Amino acid sequence: MKALETKDLCKNFGGLRATSDVSIAVEEGERRAIIGPNGAGKTTLFHLISGFLLPTLGTVSLFGRDVTHLQIHQRAELGISRTFQVTNLFQKLTLFDNILLGVQATQRSHSCFWRPLSSFHDTTTETERILKEWALWDKRGVPLKNLSYGEQRQIEVILALATHPRLLLLDEPTAGLSAAESASMTSFIKGLPPEITIILIEHDMDVAFEIANKITVLYFGSVLAEGPPGEIRGNEKVTEVYLG
Amino acid sequence: MGISKTRLLTALIAALVALLLPFLVSTYYVSLAVQVCIFAIFAASLDILVGHTGLPSLGHAAYFGAAGYATAFLYLAGVKSFWLALVAGMAVGGATAALFGLLAMRAQGPYFMIISMALAQVLWGVAFKWRSLTRGDDGIPGIGRPSLGIGVDLRPDMHFYYFVVVISILAYMAIYVVARSPFGYALRGIRESESRMKALGYNVWLYKYTAFIIAGCFAGFSGILWVFYSGYVNPTDLGIDLSVRGLLMLILGGSGSLFGPATGAALIVLLQNIISGLTQRWSLVMGIIYVAAVMLFSEGILSMFKRGKE
Repeated sequence: MKALETKDLCKNFGGLRATSDVSIAVEEGERRAIIGPNGAGKTTLFHLISGFLLPTLGTVSLFGRDVTHLQIHQRAELGISRTFQVTNLFQKLTLFDNILLGVQATQRSHSCFWRPLSSFHDTTTETERILKEWALWDKRGVPLKNLSYGEQRQIEVILALATHPRLLLLDEPTAGLSAAESASMTSFIKGLPPEITIILIEHDMDVAFEIANKITVLYFGSVLAEGPPGEIRGNEKVTEVYLG
Repeated sequence: MGISKTRLLTALIAALVALLLPFLVSTYYVSLAVQVCIFAIFAASLDILVGHTGLPSLGHAAYFGAAGYATAFLYLAGVKSFWLALVAGMAVGGATAALFGLLAMRAQGPYFMIISMALAQVLWGVAFKWRSLTRGDDGIPGIGRPSLGIGVDLRPDMHFYYFVVVISILAYMAIYVVARSPFGYALRGIRESESRMKALGYNVWLYKYTAFIIAGCFAGFSGILWVFYSGYVNPTDLGIDLSVRGLLMLILGGSGSLFGPATGAALIVLLQNIISGLTQRWSLVMGIIYVAAVMLFSEGILSMFKRGKE
């Protein structure tokens, strides 16, 4: 089954066409990278897939279901989870509470207001398990804003994983990281369970080529090229766009 | 997060003081203590919106006053039971919030503030102008103490005091449970980042709307007690002055914390009554205190102690 399929997706901002006739299909379990120069419409495409923007034309399907008119949280319920290019976490809450909100999102208890959260052991033990799994347990009580930028970028991904997504959208996970941090983020993403479909926006070509088994190149809102990393690397049009 | 020893100790001391208060101070201060309890609930209900959800409502008096008028009408229609008034008042507070929330939540930030204020002022205008129903700014006097139906007479002030203390503590605890519930955690997530909460799968609008209604119910709760305490309801119980005072209680006491709203309510009720006994220019003095508080303790007076700990 296809995890994601877009058909003739268009998005206009006034006179500017940010996304133009984008039709892509991502198979379940695939690792897809979306690359392209600044302003190619990568993040707009993510917004269209996750529901933050509604398309001007075209359709979006997730796991065979048309979600074009569904709201963000309804799409999330179908198993899609995303990260943000600019770190988007709960800055004043502790690390524990950050992850907890991700865990709680998929549980039935999440809208209960007549019982304290501490009585929901499923939520707290799962949060504890995740924090221990990623060796973050010692920092659980630290307000998120006091953690380093590199840690926050990693938590950005861990929080998205806390909802047990089937499709994970990563918007430039290595943005702003040092070379060493970027390398550890790359191996972190490569180590994620293979059953999770990953679509990744990446500026850094090396990271994209290392993680992805298929690459889509966007240029001025449309698909310029698509194929396995080896093919894309040798593609003349792509080289031209990137190297001018 | 369990209940820490200092919290338990604070609660015990507070309970002891509350128990002995009528024997220690004059009836004037006992009546102020009743006001503190009532406004602590009002401030705590507003804090669900301001401190936890990040919705800066400037019209919270609407739910307080609507419940107050409902209580007055019921009482004058011969319904003397406190419990019926409680159910009706909270329902009216919640229903008003359900209606206003639908409109105000279409806006965000400062626009939300202005719309929430405007909606409350509409109610104020109705109460002010519709003289045949509300007697305008004369207000509706002559509301007596309710009956509890359990053999306790609330007419003596001391009985009423103990009753208000007990029921306010229960309401305050109920609000605390809401704040510590999965729902309350989600509200704080929404305060920090709506877009992230949506991406995680939370129906952010519904959470905010539910918070609005719960806050309206508890503001209604405090409005009911206020009318039974003062025996009187008038349009100022719906007015901007009260809404602003609620926000100032949170600014002074600190929002988003357990004791913040109660501390703020106590400070403002006491300061206002004491200073107005000393000088006619009491609002000037209060103004200076507010400005100083915002400049010195932007996270509330209680943050002083937290900072000391760090």
